[in-house]
Amino acid sequence: MRQARVYVTLKKSVFDPQGKTIHEALLSLGYADVRGVRQGKFFEVELGDLEPARAEALLGEIAQRVLSNPVIESCRVELLP
Amino acid sequence: MKVGVLVFPGSNCDHDAYHVVKHVLGQAAVFVWHRETRLPAVDALIVPGGFSYGDYLRTGAIARFAPVMRAVVEFAGRGAPVLGICNGFQILQEAGLLPGAMLRNRHVQFLSQDVHLRVERDDTAFTGGLRPGEVLTMPIAHGEGNFYLPEDELDRLEQAGQVVFRYVSRDGRLDPQANVNGSSRAIAGVCNAGRNVVGLMPHPERAAEHELGSADGRRIFEALARAVLAA
Repeated sequence: MRQARVYVTLKKSVFDPQGKTIHEALLSLGYADVRGVRQGKFFEVELGDLEPARAEALLGEIAQRVLSNPVIESCRVELLP
Repeated sequence: MKVGVLVFPGSNCDHDAYHVVKHVLGQAAVFVWHRETRLPAVDALIVPGGFSYGDYLRTGAIARFAPVMRAVVEFAGRGAPVLGICNGFQILQEAGLLPGAMLRNRHVQFLSQDVHLRVERDDTAFTGGLRPGEVLTMPIAHGEGNFYLPEDELDRLEQAGQVVFRYVSRDGRLDPQANVNGSSRAIAGVCNAGRNVVGLMPHPERAAEHELGSADGRRIFEALARAVLAA
């Protein structure tokens, strides 16, 4: 079995109300060094015994087609060794 | 006129939409379960509000892959009228039938309140006979209704006349305070290029009788009935 991770984040150009709220909460707790927070999603995906190239292609497809919305989000896949 | 109302696990405005079509307008209405692969013979479809599939992953993201959606895309492709309300709007965006995506509301809270909407276009399947510039009052109830598109795509959307409703003040002026969820250019509703698919975040089906505080929403359904009759 192969394990993989998919990270989905709002594009840099997209305002993140949740991240901003978390940032403000941190500042109000006194964490003055925090300059910004962006919230995202993280998926652990289990795959069958696929060749790395096929696994990457499959992950890329599901990340683009299902796990993220390309209008607002970008994604990154990571195949674990 | 016969209208199909889609039902997903978690839809919660399906009965309201059915009620308006059947009992307020006196037209035929039928529920369509999300597992159906073929649509009954209907003149129009409503994708209602709610929290389809618990809004897991993203709002509308799972519903977009429901078996019935292939038939919905084909129905819309034939030019037939499709209305997405609230979560239904989000589902149609995820399905690629309507432009844009919804972000969390600007101030993060779930908003449940009346809003004022300015009608921008009278050339869609759901706004024929309304006057551009007139103001309708109906409620919103959503946590993710902050319409987003990149600036250049917003320009193209405006030029193509696809912005159908905007959040405005009671007297119809653009006002940052009235744009409660922070939508790009105060956009509350849009249509596709063919003008037969319309989505809006506010709930016309919850404001279609005077007993509910506003009957303005009824006019969206009456516009549909006129469009179907004229087709």
